[in-house]
Amino acid sequence: MAFESLTDKLQRVFRNLRSKGRLTEEDVRAALREVKMALLEADVNFKVVKQFIKAVEERAIGQDVMNGLNPGQMVIKIVNEEMIALMGSETTEITMQPGKAVTVIMMAGLQGAGKTTAVAKIAGKLKTKGKKSLLAACDIYRPAAIEQLQINGRKQEVDVFEMGTDHKPVEIARSAIAHAEKNGHNVVILDTAGRLHIDEDMMAELQEIKAGVAVHQTLLVVDAMTGQDAVNVAKEFDEKVGIDGVVLSKMDGDTRGGAALSIKAVTGKPILYVSMGEKLSDLEQFYPDRMANRILGMGDVLSLIEKAQENIDIDEEKSREMAGRMKKGKFDFEDYLESLKQMRNMGGLSSILGMLPGMGIKSADIDSEASDRQLRQSEAIVLSMTKAERRNPKLLNPQRKYRIAKGAGVDVAVVNRFVKQFEQSQKVMKQLGGGGKHGRGMFGGFPGRKGGFPF
Amino acid sequence: MSEEKQEEKKEKKGFFARLKQGLTKTRDNIVRGIDSVFSGFSSIDDDFYEELEEILIMGDIGVNATGDILERLKREVKEKHVKEPSGCKQLLIESIREQMQVDTAAYDFEQEKSVIMVIGVNGVGKTTSVGKLAGRLKESGRKVLIAAADTFRAAAGDQLAEWARRAEVPMVGGSEGADPASVVYDAVTAAKARGVDVLLIDTAGRLHNKKNLMEELRKMNRIIDREFPDAHRENLIVLDGTTGQNALVQAREFGEVAELTGIILTKMDGTAKGGIAVAIQSELNIPVKYIGVGEGIEDLQRFDADEFVNALFDVSGEEDGDD
Repeated sequence: MAFESLTDKLQRVFRNLRSKGRLTEEDVRAALREVKMALLEADVNFKVVKQFIKAVEERAIGQDVMNGLNPGQMVIKIVNEEMIALMGSETTEITMQPGKAVTVIMMAGLQGAGKTTAVAKIAGKLKTKGKKSLLAACDIYRPAAIEQLQINGRKQEVDVFEMGTDHKPVEIARSAIAHAEKNGHNVVILDTAGRLHIDEDMMAELQEIKAGVAVHQTLLVVDAMTGQDAVNVAKEFDEKVGIDGVVLSKMDGDTRGGAALSIKAVTGKPILYVSMGEKLSDLEQFYPDRMANRILGMGDVLSLIEKAQENIDIDEEKSREMAGRMKKGKFDFEDYLESLKQMRNMGGLSSILGMLPGMGIKSADIDSEASDRQLRQSEAIVLSMTKAERRNPKLLNPQRKYRIAKGAGVDVAVVNRFVKQFEQSQKVMKQLGGGGKHGRGMFGGFPGRKGGFPF
Repeated sequence: MSEEKQEEKKEKKGFFARLKQGLTKTRDNIVRGIDSVFSGFSSIDDDFYEELEEILIMGDIGVNATGDILERLKREVKEKHVKEPSGCKQLLIESIREQMQVDTAAYDFEQEKSVIMVIGVNGVGKTTSVGKLAGRLKESGRKVLIAAADTFRAAAGDQLAEWARRAEVPMVGGSEGADPASVVYDAVTAAKARGVDVLLIDTAGRLHNKKNLMEELRKMNRIIDREFPDAHRENLIVLDGTTGQNALVQAREFGEVAELTGIILTKMDGTAKGGIAVAIQSELNIPVKYIGVGEGIEDLQRFDADEFVNALFDVSGEEDGDD
């Protein structure tokens, strides 16, 4: 996509902010402005976005910023959680009638949403669960709709029931159910014609079907690429016909699929399946967390947040200790090694440097490979020191430096520069630590870029 | 000329006339007009612009294009010393209308020897649009041939055959599983042999991120160019009017494999505004040439920038339209 990713935008917003203990109103507002844009670009309905942002804002202001995250990421974490909560925190299934009773499922939606394809896919899915479906051709309007259903049915090896185009859909449905009961089918799926939600006659037709036969589940099929209008469509179908769940089609495109969030927010009905491809087997369960990632368009940051969480949890003790030492300016080469280790656990410098709070470095500015190489060089230098030297950098005299340079395979000038930078950043840390502004774990305690931590 | 008369008859039964046939009432309940915004504000301030932003975004114009439009509007308001919200409305409507205006030369192909390939993602209404376009061209006296190059979707050929029957035009191709490129080749040969004026090619729906399918389309396009170099070429992308920001990506990606000459914006009889066409026009400079407003064979009309903008802001839908 041509859009600047949300990650980059947030980096820009937060470049000038220092990591803080709590999310201030200012932090939250700045981050949410970008989140709002991202949601709108993902086609989440404007009104839904407004409500959602307000809810997140209320929850986020004043929250503690977790170790290893910057305020922007903290806001995103909250946004993500709220979004998953809104979309339903677990996956749902179509509710089946108990025992041998026939379950009647009616599919509805706009023209071209992908109903006929979804009908066949669902039948195929149910077949793997031992259900025998009958597909009923209730689209008597679109040319060749019946043929399409028949061909799809044949591909899935499920039976298709049709009465041509001269009967009312409710009659076809009634006959199909009778046929199913006689022939041992336990599911009847009604494939109805695509219709506009504001076409009163056509909406009445669906009402008529529901009034005429026992429909157990009405599923609305919605094109994942739908824009702002998704709320109107979902609301009208729900109010006029009543829906029990949603199937999101064409999810194998590159749309962010904000419609999913809008529909859930407006109808409260679960999204049951996402339809992923042109093959009849491509019907997947709906996972709210994946969808949230996709809508936000920032799976990368979210996984970083997770990784940070895992790491910091484990090493919290160490981090606290280190933070304390930093404050006193006693950060030594051992601590440096430790912090390198943590970083590597989180996917290496190249993957996280741009996201380090307080560093304020745009990821694009960094030649990440070169940085990683430099990092390895620095590590080699530290590893060539004795334990005593690492604990007490003051021991480093020219002779020792010469030995270290040989050990690390670098020129002695490189070692000199490295040690000098390290001393400088120690000073900076001491100042900052004394000022009481810092001291939230090792990441929170890193100095700004001017300090020049010796990477 | 009888041709003009037919044209006139069709245009009379315009977009709004059709909408009013039973749909208007419900539609008005859902769609909030922009007039309330213009009348609800006494001065042009931030709140006013925020409200405008909401309407534009709700119309699927998108965040970026909306930003551009408002920026331009603010500049003009300043330059022209507009003080009243109503004057501001005029400026806004004018600027979008101007942008969406279609060059009359855009429809030259209707009168020339041309090959029109209709492309787009799944379910946007390609086959229906081909059927309607065939009916329209046939009615204006052109000799039309339809090619069914959607050999993938079940019963797509049958659906198109039904449209061909309604439009009373011949059709070639249509067997499921055939190579679409060979269908195109045969169709071009047939069109030349039969002395056809307009060859209309229906293609399979394909998502623009499916590389192989897009390459297939590129190949089809190349075959037409090669086999029929003196024909007027049109590649019309069909976009679902309810589609959001992804339509811009669709237009961009399809344009990469087959140069687009226009848009058919379908499903415009619902409550969606099709505002993404504005974003596409400003970024890619592809005009909307037709809109689809219903399921009848006559429900495909030339795009009218005035009506489009009015619908976007829902102004002339009101009884006391103030133009």
